[in-house]
Parts: sequence; C-alpha cells; structure tokens
Amino acid sequence: MGDFFGVLTNGNNGRVFLDGFTNTVELFVIAALCSLTLGMLLGAMRVSPVPTLRAFGAGYVNIVRNTPLTLVFAFLIFAVPKLGLNINPFPSACVALTVYTAAFVCEVVRSGINTVPTGQGEAARALGMTFGQVLGLIVLPQAVRSMVPPLMSVLIAMLKNTTIAAGFSVLEAGAIQDYMSERGEPRFGVLLWVTIGFLILILPLVAFQRYLERKWAVAR
Amino acid sequence: MKTFTRLATVTTMAALALSVAACGKEDTPSSNAGGGNAPASDTCQTSGATFTPASGVDIAGSSTFEKIKSGGTVRVGVKFDQPNLGYKDTSGTRCGFDIEIAQYLASQLGIDPAKIEYKEIPSANRETAIKGGEIDYYVGTYSITDQRKNDISFAGPYFIAGQDLLVRKDDNSITGKDTLKGKKVCSATGSTPIQRIRDEQLTEPNNIVEFKTYSECVSNLLDKKVDAVTTDDAILKGYAAQSPTDMKVVGQPFSVEKYGIGLPKDDKALRDFVNDALDAAYKDGTWQKIYDGTLGKSGSSATPPPLERY
Repeated sequence: MGDFFGVLTNGNNGRVFLDGFTNTVELFVIAALCSLTLGMLLGAMRVSPVPTLRAFGAGYVNIVRNTPLTLVFAFLIFAVPKLGLNINPFPSACVALTVYTAAFVCEVVRSGINTVPTGQGEAARALGMTFGQVLGLIVLPQAVRSMVPPLMSVLIAMLKNTTIAAGFSVLEAGAIQDYMSERGEPRFGVLLWVTIGFLILILPLVAFQRYLERKWAVAR
Repeated sequence: MKTFTRLATVTTMAALALSVAACGKEDTPSSNAGGGNAPASDTCQTSGATFTPASGVDIAGSSTFEKIKSGGTVRVGVKFDQPNLGYKDTSGTRCGFDIEIAQYLASQLGIDPAKIEYKEIPSANRETAIKGGEIDYYVGTYSITDQRKNDISFAGPYFIAGQDLLVRKDDNSITGKDTLKGKKVCSATGSTPIQRIRDEQLTEPNNIVEFKTYSECVSNLLDKKVDAVTTDDAILKGYAAQSPTDMKVVGQPFSVEKYGIGLPKDDKALRDFVNDALDAAYKDGTWQKIYDGTLGKSGSSATPPPLERY
C-alpha cells in the first residue's frame, strides 16, 4: 500500500502527474470548445437546403470519421511540417482532436435535428422565417434536448482520446506511465492513479449531463 | 446522389492512401529523409564473429537453465529498432551489438544461435517480461540500476554508455549539454535522458520534443524540425553509423549507463555463469570483434568494461 501512494509522493512524481493532467485538461477544454463549434457548423451544413454545403458536410464526415485518430495526429505532426508549415505539437494536437471530434459532433447534431418532426420546420417556414431563424429559434432548441447524452459520450471519448497526443510530443496524462516506468515505479500503481485521475475528470461531465437532462426534461 | 456517393468513396480512399503513405515514410529515417544522399543501410551486416554451441553445459541449481535445456531453445528479449545495436532489417534478419552478445551467450548455454526465439520487448515491459518468465534473458540497452535489482538481476556490465547528443553534420553550435539552450531537443517519451534534460533545465520546456521512438526523432533531426537527439551514445552511434554523411555524435557524454544482461532475480547460478561467459569473451577477443563489427563502424573505439559481480 505504501508503494501505491509512493507513486505520487516519490521524488517529483507528483509534479509529473500534475503537469500531465493539467495539459490533458487544457487540451480537452480547447479541443472541446473548437470541436463543438466546428461540429455544429458542419451539422448545420448537413441539414441545409444548399446541395454544395450538404455535400461538403457529408464528405467531411465520411473522410474524417473513417480515419484513425492516430493517423490524423501523424498527418499533422509529421506530414504538415514537410509542407513547410511549422506548428508546435500542442496546437497540432488541439487541431487533430478538433478535426476528428467535430465529425462525431456533426453526426450527433444531425441526428438531434432529425428527431424534430418536419412539421415544426414547415410551420416555421410557413410563417416566413429564414433558414437561420428556423434552425436557431424552432428546431435547435428542441433538438438540443436529445443531443445531450450522445454529445456527452462524444466528449468523454474525446477526453480519453487526448492520451494519443502522448505519442506526439505532448506531455499529458498518457505520457505519465512512460515517465514513471523509467523511474522504476510499479506499473500497476501508476496506471491505477492515471485511471483515478480520468475518473475525477469524467465525473463532473456526467454530473453536467444529468443536470442538463433534468433541466430540459419535458413530459412526453 | 449516386455519383456523389462514388465521388466521396474515391476521395476518402485517396485521402487515406495519402496519409498512410505520408506516415509510413517516417519509420525509415535513413532511407531518404536526408535529401536523398543518405546511404540506405537497412540490410543487416554481422560482425563476422562465429558462435559454436558449447556441448555438455550444465548449470547446477538454475531453474531457468533447466527450462532452456529441456526446451532446446532460449527465449531472448531484444530491441528491434536500434541500428547496429538491436535491429531487425526489412528481410527479418537481426543484427547489432546486443543481438550478437545475445547469440554468444546462447552458444555458451549450448543452444545454436539459429534456434534463439527472439521476443521484442519494449523498455517499459522488461521487468514484467523477466519476472513473468516470458523470456530467459534480456539484452537491449538495459541500464543496471538498484531499483531494477528489486525485480530482476543483472549480469555484466557488458558495455558502458553515457547520455550524448546526435546533431546534423554541419551543425557546430552544439558542443555539449550546456549549449542546448534555445535548441529543440528530442528523445523518446518519458525516457531517462529527456527527464534529465527537463529536470536540469538544459533547454526550455517548449523546446523539448518527445516521440514514441528514436527513429521519429532522427527523422525530425534530418528534416531540421529538431536540433539534437539525445539518449545513450551507443544508440546514437548506431544511427550515426547508418548515415555518417548527415549526422554526428557530439561525443561529450554527461551520464554513465552500465548495460547489463537482464536475468531472473533468484537465479544466482545462471548469473554467475553469464558473468563467466562474458569474462571469457573479454579475454579471447570475441567481445572486441563483435564491437568492432557493429558499433565500432561509427568510428569510435571501446574496450570491455570491468564486470560487477554480486
């Protein structure tokens, strides 16, 4: 048991854990905000009346969602510099996670919008509302309710996906075990602590989902 | 809509093929990353030392040896991605200093080196693999430390390395560890060398680059995305020997790493046997022959280190 707590207290191990999880949280928050924005935009494109936009949205989702995240990372970290663009690893990791997660957010948004009966949109258009108004005032408020649970799943998945950045020069939670095993710490204890760290990060997300679900619940 | 679906499929496949091609290239930094003039030395070359299996070997009281003898094969943990140390070329041949030391030891144990069962064990899993009996011994840039001795035991050292820097041939601005400020330094994620760079603040945290493998670092060095690759000089010399026209090792080691043979903890009989075997190789020139034919090709010489028996 002393071993188990020693993982955190030996030397400056605590520092590595702290730095690692701080970077994870930063990566998560930035990528979450960006991917939600980009995903919403793409979702709007996929349901828009303009064929070009619809095609673009569908193309994006089909390409990105079918590409392994590691390849997206590798593309940004190894291939993009060959084009003469030099981006630091951290921003690259944010971009990779955003690009990838946005495809999933897009599909969540689209499915959410599809749960709203077509009559709602038709009625709104009959009142002379523009596409933006229909989406923003009528459809989205109703759609958001059914989007919350899958959206949280996507975000939780993304939080865990941040660990892939460890292989691409971002010192985050996924890199902690590499550091610790070099210092000779017991692997089991290290991985358990990393798991506990992720649980601590994920529980608030779950609580937030509960709160939103309760807040927007309607009698059906 | 139908044409569109077909178009989307084609685009997807093209994009995937492109990205696969783009990253597949990164794993072989020596092939053409250095502008096409680097020699492709991916084919394994042995030092030329021959290992004839000893006959009638017996190690009293060694449970590991019992297993080796009854199985007629020995399972050796090795690295596969360190040129001239522990390497597997594209045709599947293994070569390098560590590999030949492993082959020599197998022959001393009475096993034909051709019958060695190699297991590629990443650094982080070495203790687990030895403790769990997955391998009989491990030869692969394995530094002897007191902490590791809690889990396993070491024979040797059979080589003494030190942390050094690999830089581009035309770069004269880096001459040692104190000239790294403002330079991008690359090493394997979480490895002891990069932890030392971080802890001693030899360069700014923003300039520390970590990838899963050293070859990715070397590729970035040749692409001028990083300025130095740091780890044990043995590993760096292996890369330098691969493309001596593009890269050089600075040659100012700032740590001492004693490489040992990783063995099961409680098998003192086997440990003594391996130490005796190493001693014999030091004395009859086998060690020197192996070194000169592998790491020695980088141009630096070395002599066998004194054994530390316990």
